[in-house]
Amino acid sequence: MRSEVVLTILCMAAATYFTRFASPLLLNRTGVPRWLARLLKHVPTAMLTALIAPALLAPQGFVEISPANHYLIAGAVAAFMAYRRQPPAVTMGSGMAMMLILRMGGFGS
Amino acid sequence: MVIDGAELRAGVRDTLPLMLGVFPFGLAYGIFGQSVGLTSGETLLMSLTVFAGAAQFISLPMFAAGSGLMMIALTTLLINLRHLLMGASLVPYMEKLSMPWKAFLCFGMADETYAVTISRAQTLGYSRDYHLGSNATGYITWAISTVLGVMLGSHISNPLAWGLDFAMPATFLALLVPRLVDRTSLAVAAVATIVSVAAAVLIPGKWYIILACLAAVAVGAWMEGGELDEV
Repeated sequence: MRSEVVLTILCMAAATYFTRFASPLLLNRTGVPRWLARLLKHVPTAMLTALIAPALLAPQGFVEISPANHYLIAGAVAAFMAYRRQPPAVTMGSGMAMMLILRMGGFGS
Repeated sequence: MVIDGAELRAGVRDTLPLMLGVFPFGLAYGIFGQSVGLTSGETLLMSLTVFAGAAQFISLPMFAAGSGLMMIALTTLLINLRHLLMGASLVPYMEKLSMPWKAFLCFGMADETYAVTISRAQTLGYSRDYHLGSNATGYITWAISTVLGVMLGSHISNPLAWGLDFAMPATFLALLVPRLVDRTSLAVAAVATIVSVAAAVLIPGKWYIILACLAAVAVGAWMEGGELDEV
């Protein structure tokens, strides 16, 4: 291992840990104000959506709402399974299976 | 210090299915790490100390291009800013923990372990040992998949090219859909969808996550504001 690469990696680790621990550390003393708690309640839903939506609707960096977008089709299958209250493994498995079928079949590409 | 084994196992059990989405990324990271010229030790060291997939991936071409320490560390910081929001939303649940426990559990915060832990906290209640089980599962999976990627190296093709990158959004869908139970949560998701897609297309980098988060939580709080004030 080269020392400058290791040092860079350790700085990345420090930067990442700062983002993880800063809020609990700072809010520890003051507590979470009510208006902030009201905002933070919605963070999980907002963050999960923000991670999913571009991956499905714009997988190649542009908005693509068409049958040729395999991510969107497979995502719709997984979303339907989740809506029908299937366990996570079934939701993911059916989405992945759809993805593989589309890829191997070469549909729309 | 006593660890509640049942809670720990529940955390592991609930996190394990999501690791199907993490594993291909760890493999791919291990493979790419070698291909840009990092040694096996350096590639693994990053997974063990940084433990943040998106930031690690984005650093690889920067290492290859000979970018400086400040540039890479600053990019890492920006990509991981969403942790500030995630951490803040966990604060009310972690209030009773000692500082060392908070510091330790915060290290294991990743999109998947956070989503599992907070979902449980918002439904059945927060449990430190459940949180620990979830974190450990995420960390060990990331480490093992990195090691496998490094070992397999050039012997296998990029698993993400097989469509396995879909495993990540599929994982998050399984966590998201059950949360969409009322008008407010649907509105939050709708705003997050519009803002994240628009920002992902228009703005370079990973800003779309934090921009969409801020816009969507503001709308959620605004919609609920009226209801809360009446109580």
